[in-house]
Amino acid sequence: MDQALAIAVSILFLGTAYAMILYIISVGLSVTMGLMGFQNLAHGVFAMAGGYVCTRTMAEFGVPFLPSLVLAFVVVAAISVAFERLLYARLYGAGELEQVLFTIGLAFMAIAAAKFMFGPISQRVDLPDYLKGQIEFMGRGFPTYRVFLIVVGVAIIAALWLAIERTTFGAQVRAAVDNRRMAESLGINTGRLFTLTFALGSGLAGLGGALGADILPVDPGYPLRHLVYFLIVVAVGGLGSLRGPFVAALLLGIGDSACTILVPQIGAFFVYAVTLGLLLWRPQGLFGRM
Amino acid sequence: MTTAALEVQGLNKNFGALVVANAIDFRLEPGARHALIGPNGAGKTTFVNLLTGRLQPTSGRILLGGDDITALSQEQRVKRGLGRTFQINQLFKGLSVLENVTLAVGERAGVAGDMFRVAGTHRGVVEEAYGLLERLGIADDALKLVREVPYGRQRLVEIALALALNPKVLLLDEPAAGVPQGESKVILDVVAALSPDIAMLIIEHDMDIVFRIAKRITVLVQGAVLIEGTPQEIAADRQVREVYLGERDHG
Amino acid sequence: MAPHARDAARTSPVDSLVTRHRLRPLELLPWVLVIPPYWLFDTYLPLGSEILIMVLFALSLDLILGYAGIVTLGHAAFFGLGAYTAGILAANGWGEPISGLAAAAAVAGATGYVTGRIILRAHGLTLLMMTLVIVLALNEAANRMGWLTGGADGLSGIEMWPLLGLFRFDLYGRTGYVYAAAVLFVAWIFVRRIVHSPFGRSLTGIRENVTRMHAIGVPVRTRQVTIYAIAAVLAGIAGGLLAQTTQSVALTVMTFERSGAILIMLVLGGVGRLYGAFVGVPAYMIAQDNLARLDPVYWYFWVGLMLVVVVLFARGGILGIVDRARDLVVRRRP
Repeated sequence: MDQALAIAVSILFLGTAYAMILYIISVGLSVTMGLMGFQNLAHGVFAMAGGYVCTRTMAEFGVPFLPSLVLAFVVVAAISVAFERLLYARLYGAGELEQVLFTIGLAFMAIAAAKFMFGPISQRVDLPDYLKGQIEFMGRGFPTYRVFLIVVGVAIIAALWLAIERTTFGAQVRAAVDNRRMAESLGINTGRLFTLTFALGSGLAGLGGALGADILPVDPGYPLRHLVYFLIVVAVGGLGSLRGPFVAALLLGIGDSACTILVPQIGAFFVYAVTLGLLLWRPQGLFGRM
Repeated sequence: MTTAALEVQGLNKNFGALVVANAIDFRLEPGARHALIGPNGAGKTTFVNLLTGRLQPTSGRILLGGDDITALSQEQRVKRGLGRTFQINQLFKGLSVLENVTLAVGERAGVAGDMFRVAGTHRGVVEEAYGLLERLGIADDALKLVREVPYGRQRLVEIALALALNPKVLLLDEPAAGVPQGESKVILDVVAALSPDIAMLIIEHDMDIVFRIAKRITVLVQGAVLIEGTPQEIAADRQVREVYLGERDHG
Repeated sequence: MAPHARDAARTSPVDSLVTRHRLRPLELLPWVLVIPPYWLFDTYLPLGSEILIMVLFALSLDLILGYAGIVTLGHAAFFGLGAYTAGILAANGWGEPISGLAAAAAVAGATGYVTGRIILRAHGLTLLMMTLVIVLALNEAANRMGWLTGGADGLSGIEMWPLLGLFRFDLYGRTGYVYAAAVLFVAWIFVRRIVHSPFGRSLTGIRENVTRMHAIGVPVRTRQVTIYAIAAVLAGIAGGLLAQTTQSVALTVMTFERSGAILIMLVLGGVGRLYGAFVGVPAYMIAQDNLARLDPVYWYFWVGLMLVVVVLFARGGILGIVDRARDLVVRRRP
């Protein structure tokens, strides 16, 4: 009995930490897809880039872990603005096929570039001492790093939700996701708004990639390997929603951990089957607009 | 009382708290020339979408030739003789004008599901489509891609696609919308020359067009019927002038 | 205008539509080109067979993507089902090739019909995700059912009986090449017929403007499900061919990567043109055979760059470029 409880606790704990990473990486994708209706299969590139910024600046310039996270956010957000203005903007309003192909192409090029610059091996993350080891709580030990992920994740989510719910910028984003033409007729510059949102979402993906570098190892294959999970979070959660992807990330993170621990022989199959079921049940996602 | 070509009873449609159709009762008599007018956002296009089945009503009934079609899909309604045009062109832009109309004729003639004979086998279908183009005076453009044809002529293709279905009831959603003044006459002539067997409901903004074509007018305001009558009655009605006609002076 | 002159003007647009399906000489070019390799490049015949098989696979994708406008990342599901069906039959004592292909077609087609009915209600990201998740789930299932599929080690022990009881599958792949070419030829006739049928034209209508198709009374979803199932049948046959000619089946037959690769090959050749598959697949696979061996990293880069360039500058792929070049030449002439 006690053992079952221990397993349940560890599934919930590991799953929640994983979910935080999935959510921080994917939430930007949900908002930008909801805002511009753009099928972006290259979002994982930004997460990978964040992972590289974090691990490389630590290894080569001795930047401490926490500042390197900030760097990951800032650098990736800046790069993404160039991507958005120069490339993505050309394909707003293009067909679904064009957007899919274009972003797959970008992901391929990023994979090759990463391999060229950093080699095929995954990056080692030198966690600072204070994140190593375990924290004792109620007689159980919890790995400090994952506790840190959950705490930071909650803080980021709280800040993000406050920003979207309480600031003018957030109100504009909500209005534009709701009805873009209406927002434009109210004088909101949706082009600029989208660039900003895109930068924020990509920066968050970079931060997520950096934060999660110890769980999702940073290597050239990253953008496509994890793409499915990022997309599941968005599709199951619902486009243009903040809350939906959070619920979806929790379901996916905890469900995936449960499968790995309890039924490794079925593993991913279960995750895919449940995803299909959820999408059939609610094609717009759990919190999508009908 | 004769059976109406199209009849609507107590039609309601809400999007959440927003009421876009409010207890609409409406009759379209056989062979009617009926106009539906109303200020912007009155719910005219929503009404058309409810009639054609693009939207499902929250409550109420829709009868076509006396049969309840409320639960039928768009395509089933079309098969029963309900045709429509769109306010904003919905055409196959990458196909030729002739092929656009051929698709519609083939569908009505029931050959479009044919998988194992080439399309050319059904010569009669293509000929009928071409005949329709001739009737509307756009046969010269038959082989041009729709996107290469001027907008005014595209509006005629829009009408040709609806006529190809041999509709008993035809819903025209602002047939001359977006067309320069000089060219709209051609379109109106086509509309005016339609067979008297077709019951026609025209949704229109332009009062000149309405008064030229319609024998009856229904005024829709905020999703509800404000008044229905002959053009003279409508033109004389003070309420209508306030909510609608007056609006044009400062709009 | 004299009456007969008006008559001529009257019939010609009709005629041009009525006779559009007639075979143009250029359409026979692939079938001329397929013959010489049998003698000239006999060490490359296995690659040749694989190209022919992938052409068939791309052709099936063109039906749903190019004609019906359904974007899928999961078409390899049907290829894989066909490969495993034919492979498992042959590994368990039924090595007759033609009936093996029929079984592959049946399993893939039935799955295509059922999944098509379920998922084609959705649009956009949701539909894309469903196609993706189905291929991933099937791959995972094949991976876990090692007793049937050989799992990650691949299916082994495939023994093919002679084709039509006459031709053994030889070490050089001669029989395999002719077999693949013959199946592709029959499939091409079939696909060409569908594309030029009223049904095929109505698919194009769905791709061009689905709103209007509803408004002219088209049962849109029925048509989409039908073509989805037909494409699944053809993909299944392609997969079955691969299993039979290579006498092996690996998990890679049924992956997201294969779905993506076939999409890329088709796009390279040109989507919705029937012959895009015949151009794009050989171009891609021959380039891959030469370049990827040298350095897979750069290969990825070039494929990615090619996609970006095609989308930005050359929608229509290689055949689109050929069309535009021809238009230029024709217009130059007085």
